[in-house]
Amino acid sequence: MSEEQIKNLEAQFEERIARDEKIEPKDWMPEKYRQTHIRQMSQHAHSEIVGMLPEGNWITRAPSLRRKVALLAKVQDEAGHGLYLYSATETLGVSRDELYEQLHSGKAKYSSIFNYPTVTWADMGAIGWLVDGAAIINQVPLCSTSFGPYARAMVRVCKEESFHQRQGYEIMIKLANGTPEQKAMAQDALNRWWWPSLMMLGPTDAESIHTEQSMKWKLKRKSNDELRQQFIDQTVPQADLIGLTIPDPDLKWNEERQSYDFGDINWDEFWQVVKGHGPCNKERMKARVGAWERGEWVRDAAMAYAEKQQERREKQAV
Amino acid sequence: MKENLYKYILGIADNSLILGQRMGALTGHGPSLETDIACTNISLDLFGQVRSYYQYAAKIAGDGRTEDDIAMLRKEREYVNVLLVEQPDTDFAYTMARQFLFDVYHFMFLTELQKSKDLTLAAIATKSIKEVSYHKRFSSDWIKRLGDGTELSNQKMQNAIDNLWTYTDELFHQTEADKAMVKDGIGVDVTKLKEGYYKQVIEVLEEATLNIPESKYFQKGGKEGIHTEHMGYLLSDLQYMQRAYPNMEW
Ligand SMILES: [Fe+2]
Ligand SMILES: [Fe+2]
Ligand SMILES: [Fe+2]
Repeated sequence: MSEEQIKNLEAQFEERIARDEKIEPKDWMPEKYRQTHIRQMSQHAHSEIVGMLPEGNWITRAPSLRRKVALLAKVQDEAGHGLYLYSATETLGVSRDELYEQLHSGKAKYSSIFNYPTVTWADMGAIGWLVDGAAIINQVPLCSTSFGPYARAMVRVCKEESFHQRQGYEIMIKLANGTPEQKAMAQDALNRWWWPSLMMLGPTDAESIHTEQSMKWKLKRKSNDELRQQFIDQTVPQADLIGLTIPDPDLKWNEERQSYDFGDINWDEFWQVVKGHGPCNKERMKARVGAWERGEWVRDAAMAYAEKQQERREKQAV
Repeated sequence: MKENLYKYILGIADNSLILGQRMGALTGHGPSLETDIACTNISLDLFGQVRSYYQYAAKIAGDGRTEDDIAMLRKEREYVNVLLVEQPDTDFAYTMARQFLFDVYHFMFLTELQKSKDLTLAAIATKSIKEVSYHKRFSSDWIKRLGDGTELSNQKMQNAIDNLWTYTDELFHQTEADKAMVKDGIGVDVTKLKEGYYKQVIEVLEEATLNIPESKYFQKGGKEGIHTEHMGYLLSDLQYMQRAYPNMEW
């Protein structure tokens, strides 16, 4: 193809997106579009899978059978999200094994929030409420993103995430209305998860790269700072309602802006965790790599068995 | 209270509780995403059953105890699950062998329990058997895959079956409460399931190119509340919150 032809294709491609048409895997797409999507979608898939670990940590210790069942179902949903997202990413011509390899080697990132430890039961409430809550704010706009498989996966994922968010908040309500010890547990969890949740919406606009391109491709609709403000404005009243205090002395309603003003985010902490030095980065990777390595002989056996079965069927057919 | 019926329900429910607890612990650590999801599903099904049984047991006990009190606040000696289900997840072969050896029994047991004169138990059995038939298919498939997969997987599966075999006979052991319930037409006479059980198990093992263990030495005790050393640790996790924060609602 000549450069001229490629330019034409690119122009048509951008027009299709501007018209809100969906791009499907078999359609022509610029290489940069493909690579950007592989990166973002696989990063999202990895986040779902690594995100299973902090909550999985409380499955055996859930305080009641009802909560245990709900937690199991939630973590299983996250595995399901990982599965659709990996499958959607595979349509771009990369295999799940390659994507795992990128995760395990540290080349691919996942959401940093999952590098914080879950130290009490209340963390199950705080994660659902805040982390799934922030994820929804990030992801709802993706339901109408330009790449068809991603958009469709997001529609399904978002429905389940909002269920998780309500379930998490409900855990917090119960604790906040419980004994003083339970209420303190809830407050402590909010104290620990609040700032990392704000960081989850991404670096501040001044420091955020690839935003303009992402806007054009509808991978992003609002800036990180706008999303963060939306999250804060939505969450503060929910905390008030159950008598918990947001751990930010500078948090104040701004009548003029009709929004909350808030204190400085510790971006040094954010970058420290992103770069691999958070409280649990090593544990999370060890768990993922360990499961993968311990599973190798199982996957090999399944493959060998499937091949043998195939051979047997062929022999029978002869 | 109907002492024997209460004990009988625990005898059924505790198996699902302890196996559910084991399977749930694997969530996020499975050999592939698909098997991970399937193991969590089995755990979810088992806990669903557990809740129906303990809710019924709580009603029969009628002393204000809830399903959670029964599930999480007994002493180790008061849990009456079979030893098989508390065995640890040494590797994925053990996990699947434990599941398979239990599923074959569980399916046969629930098939009979559907005919119980106790309508609540019969209804729970009917609801659960669909799930258990799926569990059985899943675990049988893995026995075959691993048994007839690679040399290494065959070795590992053989090893798991050989080591867990000793816990199979207990499935057919009857407590006094069991016998009383059989007499009343409520309980299942498990002694009658034994022959069919080994027949089915052996069929699958043979198809999986595995050797049938020859050992005639069996372990029992779980049904009388005497457990293996693994049980205390499992219960420490299961009971942690209820013990650390007594008398609270979650
Ligand atoms: Fe998710
Ligand atoms: Fe997500
Ligand atoms: Fe979620």
